[in-house]
Amino acid sequence: MKKPELLVTPLSSAHIKELCEAGADAFIIGEQRYGLRLAADFSREECQEAIRIAHDYDKKVYIAVNAIFHNDKVDELNDYLLFCQEAGADAIVFGDPAVLMAARESTPNLPLHWNTETTATNYFTCNYWGQRGAKRAVLARELSMDAIVEMKENAEVEIEIQVHGMTCMFQSKRSLLGNYFLYQGKALQIENRKEQKNMLLHDVERDNKYPIFEDDNGTHIMSPNDMCIIDELQEMIDAGVDSFKIEGVLQKPDYVTNVTALYRKAIDACAADPEAYEAQKDQWLEAIEEVQQPHRPLDTGFFFKETVY
Amino acid sequence: MAIINDKISTIIDGKRVIVKKPELLAPAGNLEKLKVAVHYGADAVFIGGQEYGLRSNAGNFTLEEMKEGVEFAREYGAKIYVTTNIFAHNENMDGLEEYLRGIASAGVAGIIVADPLIIETCKRVAPNVEIHLSTQQSLSNWKAVKFWKEEGLHRVVLARETSGDEIQEMKEKVDIEIETFIHGAMCIAYSGRCVLSNHMTARDSNRGGCCQSCRWDYDLYEVDNMEEKALYSEEDAPFAMSPKDLKLIESIPRMIEVGIDSLKVEGRMKSIHYVATVVSVYRKVIDAYCADPENFKIKQEWLDELDKCANRETATAFFEGVPGHEEQMFGVHGKKTKFDFAGLVLDYHEESGMVTLQQRNYFQSGQEVEFFGPEMENFTQVVDKIWDEKGNEIEAARHPLQIIKFKVERPLRPRNMMRKELVVKS
Repeated sequence: MKKPELLVTPLSSAHIKELCEAGADAFIIGEQRYGLRLAADFSREECQEAIRIAHDYDKKVYIAVNAIFHNDKVDELNDYLLFCQEAGADAIVFGDPAVLMAARESTPNLPLHWNTETTATNYFTCNYWGQRGAKRAVLARELSMDAIVEMKENAEVEIEIQVHGMTCMFQSKRSLLGNYFLYQGKALQIENRKEQKNMLLHDVERDNKYPIFEDDNGTHIMSPNDMCIIDELQEMIDAGVDSFKIEGVLQKPDYVTNVTALYRKAIDACAADPEAYEAQKDQWLEAIEEVQQPHRPLDTGFFFKETVY
Repeated sequence: MAIINDKISTIIDGKRVIVKKPELLAPAGNLEKLKVAVHYGADAVFIGGQEYGLRSNAGNFTLEEMKEGVEFAREYGAKIYVTTNIFAHNENMDGLEEYLRGIASAGVAGIIVADPLIIETCKRVAPNVEIHLSTQQSLSNWKAVKFWKEEGLHRVVLARETSGDEIQEMKEKVDIEIETFIHGAMCIAYSGRCVLSNHMTARDSNRGGCCQSCRWDYDLYEVDNMEEKALYSEEDAPFAMSPKDLKLIESIPRMIEVGIDSLKVEGRMKSIHYVATVVSVYRKVIDAYCADPENFKIKQEWLDELDKCANRETATAFFEGVPGHEEQMFGVHGKKTKFDFAGLVLDYHEESGMVTLQQRNYFQSGQEVEFFGPEMENFTQVVDKIWDEKGNEIEAARHPLQIIKFKVERPLRPRNMMRKELVVKS
């Protein structure tokens, strides 16, 4: 049975080394200036170092250039893509067609992964971006497993799904936290909190707590639960999904390493011996539950949820 | 306003006039609203069909109604566009071809699309229908505009996060029609990048199920050493992200000089009173500026008129800079409408001065009302005696859609409207 790639977002170059040893196959890193909701901000030097470390372990590194770009940064894209290529990046993750245009001009041989987070909802559209240069499509998180299987069956590109961690629900260009503090007359709090991604919106009616943070790309609101399908991997592996992503944003390095090691075991077991996987999967799920933060319950995202409209 | 783009204007008899007038594009949730929008001066109207649009609660048009709308618009030289801007799921693929062929056969000029599935299908099965990229794609830079131009699109609707300077640069660098929003409610998120509804109510925001969770109140906490501390005090309004509505009336001159091709009013769910009021004001602004840009001034009466149908406080958002906290609403949920739609004129008898109108909200004899319409200046008068359809004198028009007659001092025409000021209850 073909094993999917285990893709992780590391919190530092040093963390990459740990994650390689824990069993990660590939990493997404990037710079906040060009990438969205990264687990950590990697400068150009740090990217080079991260790639060196990962390549020493024979692992891959993808650089996120998936921001929604305005004119001001568009002219920098060619230079940044050339940097990524020279640094040895294995692929670029993009959502904005401007990146595709820049890549055609500057780095036509650098593989591209299409990821807008919310709009990869049918296989035709995945293939559309494939025909225009993408090697992989990252599916929207709001899809059921049945829909994912159907997409994989009909896709001409590699398919990546998220299997663990929080997902983004909302991105605004506005400074919504800063605006609230200014409205309250607490301007100083904005400066103090800029780097601390530790705020929550409490939805009293649903008793949900949504992480919220601000950065160069605006305000981001994240899901109240961490999705986790360590005990539901069989169908996705059988379908041949190419890459499983563990999202490290707003998590601690140890947590991400622990979770990565558990998924490594689960994927290996599932691919080699489904019965052994069945026998052990609840134990892995419990191991993850033990390291969860109290305000971050686990759920299965949209994999088994019906959405209406 | 300085000349930005020299193809926009020319000198006639020593006077500069605008030769490239932008399209005024209005929303319509049903056939009645479509007719009102066109009659009040819209150059084009966008509507939703039964499927593939983003307002599952709007009236939405059958193919027959689309056909009737297209024919009505054609008499005024106006065009109809259909929103088909969902991000489709696999299950939505069946039936798309037939749906697009139906739209084409109804004579619709263009569709507004976000998903490449629908773009490519339209090119194949309905090649004569123009394809306009929806704001759901959050298109924010000139290079991405160029991508969509190369993909063969006729027009792009920009993200609401783009500024006047950015749009000017796009217009200079890429030869494609550009449409931007000028008026109405808007998302606080980048459109297409918000799935709050999916998470909170299991309704898919990108397929028309948006429950407007961004307009709710939230409590803001900080997590510190596993403890949650409130970042608001009891007397503070709760955390909110509800944006004020867009109103760019004062930016219209710049938009025209930049060469923006279509100016769009949001609101397929809004009433005919709203559509008529907003469209007629922007019609006047665009016409006045184009006729004589050098002597153009925004008239107070236009601003007052827009205010009469406003649902919320208004702001200029990103076109004029970066919106701060004063462009959001905290602790405010109520509507601020000062006027109500009271009646729609069906007929006017010149000799007797008697109007026949359809009641749309309660009014009574002795009350001051205001009439407006595309052919005339607004005027107010006090309603004298009123009669019902059978000629019985009545004190008040109490019933929705009731036919009412009374004397009006100045001539009126069918489709003129009557509004009343709301009495503020203390």
